[in-house]
Amino acid sequence: MKKTGLFILMLLMLMALPSLLFAAGKEDAAKAGGPVKLTYLVASGTDQTQAQVMADAYTALHPEVTFELELRPGGADGDNIVKTRLATEEMTDLFYYNAGSLLVALNPTETLVDLADEPFMDVVDDAFKMTVAKGEGVFGVPNQTAMGGGILYNKKIYADLGLRVPKTWAEFAANNEKIKAAGLTPVIATYGDSWTSQLFVLADYYNVQAAVPDFAESYTANRAKYANTPAARAGFDHLKEGFDKGWYQSGFATAKYNQGLEMLATGQGAHYPMLSFALTAIKENWPGEVENIGFFAQPGASADKNGATIWMLSANYIPKTTTGARLAAAKDFFAFIVSPEGIATMNAGFPPSGPYLVKGAKLPADVLPAVNDISSYIDGGHSAPALEFLSPVKGPRLEQFCVAVGTGQMSPEEAAANYDKDVANQAKQLGLAGW
Amino acid sequence: MRKRGSKTALTMSYPNWFYLPAVITFAIFFIWPTLSAFYYSLTRWTIFDATFIGLENYAQFLSDPMLSIGLKNTFIYGILTSGLKTVLALPLAVLLTSGIRFKGFYRSLVFFPVLVSTIAVGITFSILMQPNEGLFNVLLASVGAPRVDWLGNPRLALFSVIFVDVWKGIGIATVIFMAGILAIPQDYFDAVRLEGGFWIKFRHVIIPLVRNSTFTVILLSFIGGLRTFDLIWAMTGGGPGFASDVLTSIIYKQYQAGFYGLSTAGNVILFLMVTILVFPLRSFFNSREIEV
Repeated sequence: MKKTGLFILMLLMLMALPSLLFAAGKEDAAKAGGPVKLTYLVASGTDQTQAQVMADAYTALHPEVTFELELRPGGADGDNIVKTRLATEEMTDLFYYNAGSLLVALNPTETLVDLADEPFMDVVDDAFKMTVAKGEGVFGVPNQTAMGGGILYNKKIYADLGLRVPKTWAEFAANNEKIKAAGLTPVIATYGDSWTSQLFVLADYYNVQAAVPDFAESYTANRAKYANTPAARAGFDHLKEGFDKGWYQSGFATAKYNQGLEMLATGQGAHYPMLSFALTAIKENWPGEVENIGFFAQPGASADKNGATIWMLSANYIPKTTTGARLAAAKDFFAFIVSPEGIATMNAGFPPSGPYLVKGAKLPADVLPAVNDISSYIDGGHSAPALEFLSPVKGPRLEQFCVAVGTGQMSPEEAAANYDKDVANQAKQLGLAGW
Repeated sequence: MRKRGSKTALTMSYPNWFYLPAVITFAIFFIWPTLSAFYYSLTRWTIFDATFIGLENYAQFLSDPMLSIGLKNTFIYGILTSGLKTVLALPLAVLLTSGIRFKGFYRSLVFFPVLVSTIAVGITFSILMQPNEGLFNVLLASVGAPRVDWLGNPRLALFSVIFVDVWKGIGIATVIFMAGILAIPQDYFDAVRLEGGFWIKFRHVIIPLVRNSTFTVILLSFIGGLRTFDLIWAMTGGGPGFASDVLTSIIYKQYQAGFYGLSTAGNVILFLMVTILVFPLRSFFNSREIEV
């Protein structure tokens, strides 16, 4: 009896030790009165560059506030780091993360500071606010431009072969045959980075909602399905058609994203279904070629209903664990980001790959041609947000199903039906009604 | 030898408290995580909170339409890697215990891949197997053979990974066999010398007398094959599509997707499956072990 008691005591002491240490660390950080050092978690790569530019500009204006960037990987591993740190209350003072369905999974009403009543939120576009809101709360401030999802194409090839930008899928298919006859790759596929395979399905959403206007709502409520909505299944059909007609380059099943960019920029391939953030990488690596890259919306069944699918920006958030002077400093930094000076800093610091969703924000005069292409869809009213910003339901294995169809292992019907089942896992995990 | 039931002065002089550090370590790092894994597999767990949902995760995991591909691949992987390692390592071990020159050099050559990190091996081979500029296809093309899409062809991808697994793991199997062969008393070899012939020696002395090593090799590589993850993850990530997905990669992807309860249930199922397969195999092997 005595032995067990002592045993349990020692066990408890061992378990309590780490929390005592961490608690002590927190106290020290909060005590600081004058200068404030904000920790800032961002994904390494492009996001890191952007965050650094904004942080440096803010410190130049307010020398008492400095930033310490912490880096995390992107993709699913990064999601887990963000979730774990929020759940254990070990999050940085502010952080940078996706909007839409990924934000909902962070349980924002419990973990993040609500910014809805902050004056600086007035200039943020309502279309963006929708993607960082849950219930009454609005949680994020945009730090990027929106992106177009569709087809990046090589304008030089189009000029050489006398092709016109297609407005229907049939025209797109006809262009591809001519490109193939000229000995070039019609459609670049890079399934070695499997996330790149999803564009034909995800960027088709403008066409889906043009055909079935209430798709997002019925989809979230477990009524509409990919398998029983032909317009939604069309994306999978396109993947299969590309495989059957040999549009993809040789070795596409293991090719990587960077190889895809190189093929497009150097004119070995004509089309790359991609998000427009790829323009930043093309500009960095092939600065002479980026002017030859254009963008068009993924064509659908009808030329009258041609429009682009838009990806919303990532956002900056403050966790509830940030308090006092650090909270005030973080909010003031957010106000700077959406101010005219902030937008000017962004324009100077990194080339915009789409429009800002901040009222009154202007793109620079020397914007890339592909970004102009995207803007003209938005200005003309021919754009819709991607499904992941309208519905929290997104199956994690979409990319695997897309690769399976694009490599001829699975029929579009089978993939759509299986994807519907995959999506149910996500809906159950989020505890949505009706699943 | 001390007698059963009576404590000698030696054991009496050490109090049971001396077990404590080991017990605490074991409890914190093994017993507690294992028990909590069983509990969390019965919940819908979002990291922020866990809701008890009974066996629903198990039902969900087992009704996954893609699970059958993963199970099939897991078995192909386990059986082929352990079979190939056994069949290839034994002749290698015979060669390396014979009187050939540069024996030490060959021995280290065979063992070398074991020392390299699996992830590094995976990345290296996926570059060697790259369809256009990879060394394998460049060599094939130089002799006029058609190029092979090692990792991109859905029918081939799993077997390409199996090949690399065998290449990497054969060193361990060879060392186990070498130990077995060297433990065979010289008398047997002297006796068989009268019968003559290498084949007689191999078939009637080495194979029966290294049986214990054979069992060890089969068992270790079969368990290793069933729970393999790192090599597949580094080379194909389970792709293209689902073509080389195994149980562990399916579980890992569910974890990545944030289905923590579901993936924990998958791990419990994997644990049970390996146990159910390996225990009978082990007791069968144990019953047939021999004393040399």
